[in-house]
Amino acid sequence: MIGLEHYLFVAAALFVIGVFGLFLNRKNVIIMLMSIELMLLAVNINLVAFSSFLGDLVGQVFTLFVLTVAAAEAAIGLAILVCFFRTRGTIDVEDVNVMKG
Amino acid sequence: MMSADIQTLLPELMLALYAIAALMAGAFMGKDRYAPLLVWVTGGVLVLMAVWVGSGTGAHSAFSGSFVDDRFARFAKVMILVSAAAVLVMSQDYMARRGILRFEYPVLIALASVGMMVMVSAGDLMVLYMGLELQSLALYVVAALRRDSVKSTEAGLKYFVLGALSSGLLLYGASLTYGFAGTTLFSGIIAAAEGGVSLGLLFGLVFLIAGFAFKVSAAPFHMWTPDVYEGSPTPVTAFFATAPKIAGMALFARVVHDAFGGVVSDWQQIVAFLSVISMFLGAIAAIGQTNIKRLMAYSSIAHMGFAMMGLAAGTAFGVQAMLIYLAIYVTMNVGSFAFIMAMERDGRPVVEIDALRLYARREPLRALALLVLMFSLAGVPPLLGFFGKFYVLRAAYDAGLGWLAFAGVIASVIGAFYYLRVVYLMYFGNEPDDREALDGAMSPVLWGMLMVSALAMVIGVVNLFGIEPLAAAAAATLVN
Repeated sequence: MIGLEHYLFVAAALFVIGVFGLFLNRKNVIIMLMSIELMLLAVNINLVAFSSFLGDLVGQVFTLFVLTVAAAEAAIGLAILVCFFRTRGTIDVEDVNVMKG
Repeated sequence: MMSADIQTLLPELMLALYAIAALMAGAFMGKDRYAPLLVWVTGGVLVLMAVWVGSGTGAHSAFSGSFVDDRFARFAKVMILVSAAAVLVMSQDYMARRGILRFEYPVLIALASVGMMVMVSAGDLMVLYMGLELQSLALYVVAALRRDSVKSTEAGLKYFVLGALSSGLLLYGASLTYGFAGTTLFSGIIAAAEGGVSLGLLFGLVFLIAGFAFKVSAAPFHMWTPDVYEGSPTPVTAFFATAPKIAGMALFARVVHDAFGGVVSDWQQIVAFLSVISMFLGAIAAIGQTNIKRLMAYSSIAHMGFAMMGLAAGTAFGVQAMLIYLAIYVTMNVGSFAFIMAMERDGRPVVEIDALRLYARREPLRALALLVLMFSLAGVPPLLGFFGKFYVLRAAYDAGLGWLAFAGVIASVIGAFYYLRVVYLMYFGNEPDDREALDGAMSPVLWGMLMVSALAMVIGVVNLFGIEPLAAAAAATLVN
């Protein structure tokens, strides 16, 4: 029997993979965008699982909002990335270093 | 009642419609030719909105409690709208002369303002998320507004990646909160948290707070701030330092009080910890900075630490102190950034602090205004900045967080060093070469904002312009 905790575990694992993908990735900014997407999708699994187990539709409505925002976010991220590529000619993470804090 | 719901939401709807109409007008007529006009019109619309929102009375909620319009929301909205309008009109001259005044800029600022208004009125996790994202998505774009500049696009990219990460953390917290409270409404969450939070709800709360800390640039989630402040065009930096900070702190206060107000002891320690770390990091890391925009970034981190101290108190007086602190902080920052925007040599922006050497000899009045603002930012007693700090320290002390108040005093003494260094350079620095001297010109709008802000720091001492009872009433609606 697959219970709520299984879904939560999968979602937590995906979320952690997403966060680590963001920080450990030294190669490519596109991978960062993918990691962000992975985090948001992990949240969606969480929401749908809770929604189903609580018998409450709000979670699924929330999921639709999250999907919409994720699409807008990806569009803006790619647009900024294109601008960055035009000025620098590279999208390596290690080259995002003009300013150091 | 649908029509009553719409009525409550009307200011946000109108501003959103205005932004869409302005975008259409810009795209189909004239493009950037009308951009300066659009900036002024948008500034005017924002001020009108502030008057409209500010004249509201009572507390209304719409869409079964997911959108709340109470005194707290209105207080924050007026601050947000006025500071957004001030920064917008300040930026017109600067951007026009550098050829980056596009008609999208005022539209994006208006959309970000809608997002911020929704944020402070949120009564539901979904509304919170949508408001926050509307604000953030608009801000990512304005950070990268200077498309052909390496620094600006890099700032946009960094802000986007870390902002998306923070949204993800916040959203994960929201999903856990929803799952373990069984509802996304704040009124439902506070009922579910009655008599102690479950472990799942606590995890949700921690993730939510981490997300907010990112958005208000509190340490240890501050790493994007200096780079984004440095890389963005200066007017955009000025915007980042003002309105979104108010919205972020107000949202933070609303969630911890409206949704988790019954379990103050569970979040009080976290907020106090964030506050201490931010104050000290902001004070210490700023010492080595030579770039005034990075300096202001660390300054804003430290100031957010102080504002959070009021929140950590967990009392109505604490929220009142936080609101007063934010109002004073925003006024100081508008003035300081008006000065920074006017720092240029041969028409090119200058951000090195060394360029201010002996500035007082050439421009005594402006140097005096900046001196007042820097003293006020440092919290030197006769000025308004001191009263902001005094309120939050008292709130923390009254709430039994004496150690936090003590740490705040130490941090503000350390932080005074770098504000005073700017003043020192202006009055007692070495003689600069002629080619290092800053241009004397300053647009009338910037000059006016600088002087008004500096004067407010002195005159406001009399009665804080009467915001104290307003802030008290606003805090009373949030904390029962």
